[in-house]
Amino acid sequence: MAGVLEGSAWTLGDHVDTDVIIPARHLLTFDPEKLAPHCFEGVDPTLASQIRPGDIVVAGHNFGCGSSREHAPIAIQALGVSCVIARSFGQIFYRNAFNLGLPLLEADLPPGAVRAGDRLSVDLATGRIENRTTGAAFDAAPIPDFMRELIAAGGLIPFVLGRRA
Amino acid sequence: MAGAPAQGGEGGLPRAAGLPVCYASRLGKPRTIGGPPVAMTLTEKILAAHAGRSQVRPKEMISVRVDQSFTDDLGGPITFHVLESHKVEKVFDPERFFVSAMVNTPSKDISAANTVMKMRGFCRRMGIERFFEGGNAGIHNALAIEQGLVLPGEILVGGNSHACTGGGVGAFATGMGSTDIAAILITGRTWLRVPETIRYVYNGELPRWVTGKDLILATIGKFGVDGAQGKAMEFAGEAISALPVEERFALPNMAVEAGATNGIIEPDEKTLAYVGPRARRPFTPVYGDPGAGYAAAHEVDVSRLEPMVAFPHLPSNTRPLSEVREVRVDQVYIGSCTNGWIADMRAAARILKGRKVAEGVRLIVIPSTTGVYRQCLREGIAETVLDAGGIFSTPTCGPCIGAHMGVLGDGMRSVSTSNRNFVGRQGSTRAEVYLVNPHIAAATAVLGRIGSPDEL
Repeated sequence: MAGVLEGSAWTLGDHVDTDVIIPARHLLTFDPEKLAPHCFEGVDPTLASQIRPGDIVVAGHNFGCGSSREHAPIAIQALGVSCVIARSFGQIFYRNAFNLGLPLLEADLPPGAVRAGDRLSVDLATGRIENRTTGAAFDAAPIPDFMRELIAAGGLIPFVLGRRA
Repeated sequence: MAGAPAQGGEGGLPRAAGLPVCYASRLGKPRTIGGPPVAMTLTEKILAAHAGRSQVRPKEMISVRVDQSFTDDLGGPITFHVLESHKVEKVFDPERFFVSAMVNTPSKDISAANTVMKMRGFCRRMGIERFFEGGNAGIHNALAIEQGLVLPGEILVGGNSHACTGGGVGAFATGMGSTDIAAILITGRTWLRVPETIRYVYNGELPRWVTGKDLILATIGKFGVDGAQGKAMEFAGEAISALPVEERFALPNMAVEAGATNGIIEPDEKTLAYVGPRARRPFTPVYGDPGAGYAAAHEVDVSRLEPMVAFPHLPSNTRPLSEVREVRVDQVYIGSCTNGWIADMRAAARILKGRKVAEGVRLIVIPSTTGVYRQCLREGIAETVLDAGGIFSTPTCGPCIGAHMGVLGDGMRSVSTSNRNFVGRQGSTRAEVYLVNPHIAAATAVLGRIGSPDEL
């Protein structure tokens, strides 16, 4: 959780559902390497080949809505996306992402605050988002304590196994 | 529409926001453990009981006991992989879990077949006996109800977003991802943020061809696909009470399409008569308290509603049928965990009887479970579908998610009784999906364009 993430932004709209993040025809596997090339195929089939490790996805409302498929955060993580910033998240996706260790930040960014290709730096500990390209800075909602605990434990399963021990 | 729960009613109790007294539950009594009685909604009461607490408050994080859980051939492989990679050798209670290979079934290719074999092996090692595939196949969200594995007052957490269907019998039912399900298999518990409840009250008599599906489509159309984000949707009112139990299930089924954590309907005599003979274990129905606090309450007069059509590519993109112009279709799919019940099959068969599917239209009718399939055979529904020129298939949810059977090609247009019409949902990203009820779907198959049975 500590440390500052830096990467280029990819901007998406509202209601990016898990069907467009990873269509069901690719769900015969959960191998991250096989899922990654199809990530965001329903938004733009060329996106997966353009996203670079460390890049940051910035979206609107309700990112990850729809199907509970965990293949969606697995695919995003496999592309090397370091975090997703959105105005709000689909609830099941939100849980899935933290369970796997993909950090999400809820931030009500003003329109045009981040454009595709802008360089961002994101401090997960404070929720501070800086747009290095424009010089503007924003604050995301702090990551809830419980989610921090999950990440500190190394994910949900180590967390529950640790509590049982 | 979101907001803080109504506070500061008489006697320090939260008061239902804008809710007519006549709709408050008559049956529940506030509990009085260690302090003044605290009125809770149905969802809050179920959660409190499963957290071992006398009360819970909206937005609190709690840990709850889970009565039943399940997975399928999409999420299951991840769940089992997670458990195996953490060397978990024993699950909390194999009786409280079931598996349904329902998507790519009967196995559509080698990979799907390998998945089923692996899942069977895992279940055998863990002592999980309920495995639905082959001759007992079915969609888990429907099986949970049909097999009496989700009961009034219980908590069901399924590894599928439409697990919320179970709320139709008065349970707290919600969907989660594979890792959360793995944690439930280890501990028998899960963590939750107590949702605020929004109450939707449907008054009046449903017009002809208008169903529970239209109520939920109209509601999502009005409030949006995140209109109940992280909330509990409680469905009530005389229009709900008037519906046979299975015809109510489309409402909680699609609660997740409004972003809700769960959808729930308070059990009534019909519910108890329906659930009683199926129940696999004793249960105690739970009812909401009078005076419980709601985040919001909405009333809908259903007597002026029309059948609704959700246009591509969101379930909220709804229009009343009368406002739909010429929309020609290539495929009609009647089935899924939303509308694959016997009532839906009968509705479709009544319209198809003695008629023919339009030239060039592929009609696929798929009951949600083997029980429904068997009933369709008994009642001659399968034959009616075949006589009309349709396909009548064994249970699978394949077409709903474009995985198996009836996958859409480029530019194809599907009318579907399922629950999602996202880009690429049923196949090609250049295909289109329109969501309707089974009456409209069957009429559309005959007309070759979206239309009403009245036009036949």
